[in-house]
Amino acid sequence: MSSSSVVSLIKVKQNPKRKKNTKNALPSPIQNFPRKFHLFYQSPTLKNLPNAKFHQITLNNQTPKSLSLHKSQMSGPSLMDSLFQRTLEDLIKGLRQQLIGEQAFISKALEEIRKEIKSTDLSTKSTALLKLCYLSNLHFHDMSFAAFHALEVLSSPRFSHKKIAYHAISLSFHDSTPVLLLITNHLRKDLTSTNEFEVSLSLQCLSRIANVDLARDLTPEVFTLLSSNKLYVRKRAVAVVLRVFEKYPDSVRVCFKRLVENLENYDPQILSAVVGVFSELACKDPRSYLPLAPEFYKILVDSKSNWISIKVLKIFAKLAPLEPRLANRVVEPICDLMRKTGAKSLLFECVRTVVTSFSEYESAVRLAVEKIREFLVDEDPNLKYLGLHALSIVASKHLWVVSENKEVLIKSLSDPDPNIKIESLRLVMAMVSEHNVAEISKVLVNYALKSDPLFCNEILGSILSTCSRNVYEIIVDFDWYVSLLGEMSRIPHCQMGEEIENQFIDIGLRVKDVRPELVRVARDLLIDPALLGNSFLHRVLSAAAWVSGEYVEFSRNPLEFMEALLQPRTSLLPPSIMAIYIQSAFKVLVFCLHTCFVRGGSTAGVSASASYESFDDLSVENGADSTVAHGQTCTSAPITNESIVNLLKLVELALSPLLGSHDVEVQERARNLLGFVDLIKLEALNSSGQEENDSERKGVEATKIIRLVHDAFSKELGPVSLTAQGKVPVPDGLTLNENLGDLETICGDIELPSSNTFSFGYPSEEKDVSSFSNLQIKEDSGQLNESTSLLAEHRKRHGLYYLPSGKSEVISNDYPPANDPALQGDNNDNASDLVKLTAESLVPKRKPNHSKPRPVVVKLDEVDEKPVAVKQLESRDDSLSGAVRDILFGSEDILPTSSRSNLPNSNRKGKKKQHMITQVESKENVVDDGNSSSRRRKDHSHGKERRHRKKNAEERNETDRKEKESSSNHPRRHKSRQRAEEPLKVPPQTSVIPDFLL
Amino acid sequence: MIHFVLLISRQGKVRLTKWYSAYSQKERTKVIRELSGLILTRGPKLCNFVEWRGLRVVYKRYASLYFCMCIDEDDNELEILEIIHHYVEVLDRYFGSVCELDLIYNFHKIMMSTKVLVSE
Repeated sequence: MSSSSVVSLIKVKQNPKRKKNTKNALPSPIQNFPRKFHLFYQSPTLKNLPNAKFHQITLNNQTPKSLSLHKSQMSGPSLMDSLFQRTLEDLIKGLRQQLIGEQAFISKALEEIRKEIKSTDLSTKSTALLKLCYLSNLHFHDMSFAAFHALEVLSSPRFSHKKIAYHAISLSFHDSTPVLLLITNHLRKDLTSTNEFEVSLSLQCLSRIANVDLARDLTPEVFTLLSSNKLYVRKRAVAVVLRVFEKYPDSVRVCFKRLVENLENYDPQILSAVVGVFSELACKDPRSYLPLAPEFYKILVDSKSNWISIKVLKIFAKLAPLEPRLANRVVEPICDLMRKTGAKSLLFECVRTVVTSFSEYESAVRLAVEKIREFLVDEDPNLKYLGLHALSIVASKHLWVVSENKEVLIKSLSDPDPNIKIESLRLVMAMVSEHNVAEISKVLVNYALKSDPLFCNEILGSILSTCSRNVYEIIVDFDWYVSLLGEMSRIPHCQMGEEIENQFIDIGLRVKDVRPELVRVARDLLIDPALLGNSFLHRVLSAAAWVSGEYVEFSRNPLEFMEALLQPRTSLLPPSIMAIYIQSAFKVLVFCLHTCFVRGGSTAGVSASASYESFDDLSVENGADSTVAHGQTCTSAPITNESIVNLLKLVELALSPLLGSHDVEVQERARNLLGFVDLIKLEALNSSGQEENDSERKGVEATKIIRLVHDAFSKELGPVSLTAQGKVPVPDGLTLNENLGDLETICGDIELPSSNTFSFGYPSEEKDVSSFSNLQIKEDSGQLNESTSLLAEHRKRHGLYYLPSGKSEVISNDYPPANDPALQGDNNDNASDLVKLTAESLVPKRKPNHSKPRPVVVKLDEVDEKPVAVKQLESRDDSLSGAVRDILFGSEDILPTSSRSNLPNSNRKGKKKQHMITQVESKENVVDDGNSSSRRRKDHSHGKERRHRKKNAEERNETDRKEKESSSNHPRRHKSRQRAEEPLKVPPQTSVIPDFLL
Repeated sequence: MIHFVLLISRQGKVRLTKWYSAYSQKERTKVIRELSGLILTRGPKLCNFVEWRGLRVVYKRYASLYFCMCIDEDDNELEILEIIHHYVEVLDRYFGSVCELDLIYNFHKIMMSTKVLVSE
């Protein structure tokens, strides 16, 4: 390793110093004292010497320097300050011993540095610069102010100064550093220096700071160095090329050939550098480097160094998918390598290459899987982790591999290393299908119970996301899934409340068949007072409350819900969820009253509002005439008048404290509910005290109210696509940007309670309704989604304006607005799309299909199916790859011009087709001229070389010319030129590749 | 590609940094704070790789010093481990038997050797 040469150089120089200072830790002040004294004594004689010479002494003979410890702490004349500057070492020591606080010490030191760096003496300057580098590197202080000083130090003839300057420059310069322009000549001088260390220093610096201008101006120098006979320099030049190419793609025309020549070098260092450069280049645009495949192949087969092999493998991993015949050739050597190598890193790289790019080669994959298994059972956690990682790459194409290693995966779920656990969790989730989802989820939930909170939530999160993927694609048994959700929310560490909440509601809306089970799960959650104490569960509870209110008709015992929703511990809930509880209690209450009075009392009412015919099994014991239960569910606690009275009392008891709630939402909803109870109470109390028929007569009005409210609640809420709004075309006459003044009147309409609004179907009930209407309006402002009658009416009247606002409704409310038939009826003209959408997505699929095992899941096409992004095949930096192609293919015109002329334009597909044709053609060609191809290639390269030299000279002229032009329009010009050349470059490429490969 | 090299002591003190991708000074401190929180808390006998911001950090502990290198997802982690080891060996050969104090006091030399090594 040639690095050792520099290292040892420094070592010889500075060894004595190191021994003195680092090994003897920190000299005590007492020890130091005589030395300091001595120094003082000596300094006047030294002062007579010229500065430069003095410093030469200090550098060669380390004693004075190390003696200047703590010098600056002594007050002295300014000359002394510059002479006895604190060195880096003093700074570090001071920093470790400081008593005044690190920040204070550093700012003091920075002040010193700012002073010192202005010194005219280069030695002082460079030391200051070095200290600054230290502070910038380890304590992250800005050193951009020293940019110009670094340049000054750079101009020093001394190597040690230069070294520091280059170091500082590569640390602190970036593309926008203003003095970057000034460095060009320094770099050029050092690049052409005879001292190889200077050259390599400047090369290293260039590799860090090169921008477009530097890359362009220094390309000729780098080009020369690419064939330097000093290996030390040459390998660095090779490395620099990467940065130069990246910044200034035109340099490819100059340097590429030499770079490729270095591929044939036998020196491992250089080879390593070249291969490194190509592996980085190939990452960006592999297609351009296909013609170099034979060279890479040779390196792969011959290479003795593992690191080089790894890099070549990386290149092949990129190239192989582009050219099937290349893959054919390469797969065997890779397998060989995999079999015989002892190095795990190389082995892993082989495995990864095979599983990413050679996944269609069965035998290779088998071998790789075998190796992966070895990794998996290895003691070393690193190998285990990488094995899992490799497995996850295979999983996308060969799922059988994952299931084969199921036991290992499940076992590593309990590994002490969190990374391994997460990786294996991912894999376990990858093998989930509709057949095993129940089984795997069960295992995972058990693991979640046992593991730490972090991983527990990781597990739960991945179960939730996997199961809900693609609208619950893999779930067949939703009853099971809903109860799993309930189970998951009861796990102590569960923090996925929000996700579970969303899924509860989502499933409720989408899957009709699962609602009874959903209500059951919600009941279990709501009824447990212990859960209210867990703040992570509040979101789940809010979903449960919503479900209980919305689908109360599936409940066995609605009274139980009321008790659960109004239990005293609900005071622990945050107000927003409290509001949902109250609203749900409202719904449940209305349902109870409805079953009690309307459906139990008058048979006409039942038949009129028989929206749930299959579930009207609720036996209402309003006397002795219990209806016959003929459904699946059966009310265990029948609703009687007595229970209603109790219920109303309960509501009053629970909600009256909330009237003084500070939260507007809670207060308002509590008031709504209590107002409703007040309305109903009178009648309910009467009916309980009096005779049957009497109550019936008296309660007619109340019954109507109940029916009205119940109807409002019983409209089904359907999912509405977020993008549905976009589908509605803007009507011709409508200009959306104007006429906002009309909003005033529309909004005013909402506020104005007109009896007309509420007489939707009940025009005769003036008096009762108006008192109720106030209630309704209040509720309305908070909950547009609930009062369908209002909405319907409004839609009727302002259909034109209504649609645009429909969108904001979806956003503002958690739950999508009701799917109102009025919409379909009235807005046919401008909402036909929306209607069609709802009709299509909701109506036909809603019908429960009992023959199918899996319930229907309502899907909205636009939201649920994410648009598949069309991948652009265009390469990222056109200009670079274009230039590379130009070099590689430009001068080898084998293809007859006729076929080139009928090539389609730069359309990729067209190219591919052409590729197939030309492959066949060229195969024949190759058979014809046999092994002359290699000779011909050599000739070509010779010819090219000459041409390149000429080109090089031209290039210089050109760059000169370009410099005169304004730099801003240069890249554009360049690009357009590139584009113009592109179509010409394509045909040779397609023909050349096969030539190289066979 | 290597994005940066960090040497952090067990107490979370930074001993050496080297950045090959553009990070502002502010980001650097943040990166270091994040990573030292991530790495120093990991127990022994765990694997030496940490996923971080879509990249991968390979670290290895030598005595009280953590050598960390940040690489791309598709780089070879084991190779990086070998490189770290190689680097430590170089340091060891250069300093006799290397210890943390050597690294503290010979900042600039380390920087140089790091530079030389990484470019290989």
